[in-house]
Amino acid sequence: MSDSKDKGGLSRRGFLQGSGAVAAATALGTIPTGASAGQQAGGNGQQVPGMGPNGVKLSLNVNGRSMNTTVEPRVTLLDALRNYLDVTGCKRVCDRGSCGACTVLVDGKPVYSCSMLALEARDKPIRTAESLVAGAKLDAVPEAFARFDAQQCGFCTPGFVVAMKAVLEANPKATQAEVERGLCGNICRCGTYEQMRDAIYSLCNQQRRT
Amino acid sequence: MKNFTYFRPTTAEQAVALLENRWGNTELLAGGTDLHDLQKEYVAQPSRVVSVTGIGALAGIRVDEKQATIGAGTKLAAIAEHADLRRHFPSLCEAASDIGGPQIRNMGTLGGNLCQRNRCWYFRDEHTPCLLKGGQRCYALDGENKYHAIFTQGRQCVIVNPSTLAPALIALGAGVNILGPKGRRSTDLAKFFFSPANANDREHTLAANEMVLEVTIPVRNWANASYEVRQKLSYDWPLVQAAVAFQGGRNGAKATGVRIVLGHVAPTPHIAEAAMKALEGRDITDANATAAGRAAAEGAKPLSQNAYKIRLVEVAVKRALLMAAGMKRYWEM
Ligand SMILES: Cc1cc2nc3c(=O)[nH]c(=O)nc-3n(C[C@@H](O)[C@@H](O)[C@H](O)COP(=O)(O)OP(=O)(O)OC[C@H]3O[C@@H](n4cnc5c(N)ncnc54)[C@H](O)[C@@H]3O)c2cc1C
Ligand code: SF4
Ligand code: FES
Ligand code: FES
Repeated sequence: MSDSKDKGGLSRRGFLQGSGAVAAATALGTIPTGASAGQQAGGNGQQVPGMGPNGVKLSLNVNGRSMNTTVEPRVTLLDALRNYLDVTGCKRVCDRGSCGACTVLVDGKPVYSCSMLALEARDKPIRTAESLVAGAKLDAVPEAFARFDAQQCGFCTPGFVVAMKAVLEANPKATQAEVERGLCGNICRCGTYEQMRDAIYSLCNQQRRT
Repeated sequence: MKNFTYFRPTTAEQAVALLENRWGNTELLAGGTDLHDLQKEYVAQPSRVVSVTGIGALAGIRVDEKQATIGAGTKLAAIAEHADLRRHFPSLCEAASDIGGPQIRNMGTLGGNLCQRNRCWYFRDEHTPCLLKGGQRCYALDGENKYHAIFTQGRQCVIVNPSTLAPALIALGAGVNILGPKGRRSTDLAKFFFSPANANDREHTLAANEMVLEVTIPVRNWANASYEVRQKLSYDWPLVQAAVAFQGGRNGAKATGVRIVLGHVAPTPHIAEAAMKALEGRDITDANATAAGRAAAEGAKPLSQNAYKIRLVEVAVKRALLMAAGMKRYWEM
């Protein structure tokens, strides 16, 4: 696996490092259609710049604020948020896409920030649990969690409230079953699922009555 | 994970041009739900990662009277929620909506689903040098093989193919369009999967410098369904899955063109020929569905810990057939 086996872009690795976003804008063409069959794909590939492996500049839009840092390509969104930007609401528990503690909203949808590269989250609005508190005022979701006693140790809570916020935003009139489905991507070791479901369902009920 | 150089091309041609003709040094990245796991375990150690998420045209669903086309970059959630897909192919949408939890479905893509690596725990452990990692033996054969294959004849590596979309798509007669350095090619999805035996093999037949562009499914008004036996409602892969498709079969009409494909029982999605024959030209009744289930499990050669899957195959096939025919789901009452 020596570098000499690599193709075009890599030999220019050092030169191009960090200039990715700008150079990528020169990209040509669209998805191949039947017409492009047989065409040698080699040509325009050379123009795609590589980023890294050393640190590259990263700008993220977190909870409405633009935040800047420098990360190696291997840094996940979770680690960039926690370790580079000090946004620590998202928690690192399994680091394998299997527990939900790291859940954040990207483009309004819940995702596991441990299983996404920070570089993949450029240009997308990111929301973490921090966005559900303004000063001393809690958003309706964490407020309902508190009211329904929907946590014990609380370590899973930041991931759950973010996932539940997405459920509520997608469907303010969600049924109990729909709320439960929304909970499916998060694990609570203390087992407070029923209280969490009831907390969110109480908010859906409110919507229903109006 | 080992660090790498990151590329984000905006066309599929550019992506393919960045690939190499052997596996290992360069990997495609879509949703990352599988690749990053493997990287964190040092099972995958690419020094170049080519993200396909900048290729806008790779994501999207088109359905017309003749066929549905789903781009490789389409998210699992988009497949699960698509109204036209659900109308024609409930088996596919049900399978998609049962994968992982909401977060996995918002991240994972069709291409990544078909090309994901197997879940054998020996394979996923960096320090176990099994056949697929260049070693001399399969540790599952006489080890912990509860979740491995039961159709093991002639196989050196006894993984199960992990994709739950694959059996549904194969039963529906799907094809796959592929881009390589010499251009496009197409193949039946049934011929896309492969039973790997060494470190140069993958679970599919793509060359290292090819990528999946899209999957096509003929629209033909066939009854279809997928039934999965799972230990938990979320997070797990199924223990056994049966996907079926046939013409007729409802309201007393005979079922023809019967397709029955099993998941999680063999290194590739398993086409249950004997069961298909057993049911061809018959009505879907409880007795015929039961007989087809038995036929589907025939010839299984389970390992030391997984004979239980035989019974699950019988049940999954029976239930999938009854679901597709619109009959009562006795197990939900
Ligand atoms: C908790 C959990 C539960 C899960 N449950 C299920 C389940 O029940 N059923 C199931 O099927 N899966 C399941 N998965 C696996 C899940 O990773 C896949 O379903 C998902 O679709 C992978 O897509 P991705 O885009 O994230 O793939 P990635 O991780 O980005 O890629 C996976 C592989 O595919 C290759 N690849 C990606 N796109 C292409 C392309 N266009 N052409 C060629 N190669 C490509 C990559 O190089 C890589 O090797 C689960 C995963 C987790 C973490
Ligand atoms: S089943 Fe395959 S992947 Fe698992 S130990 Fe055996 S050879 Fe390796
Ligand atoms: S830390 Fe990301 S899912 Fe567990
Ligand atoms: S409250 Fe302890 S893990 Fe959920």
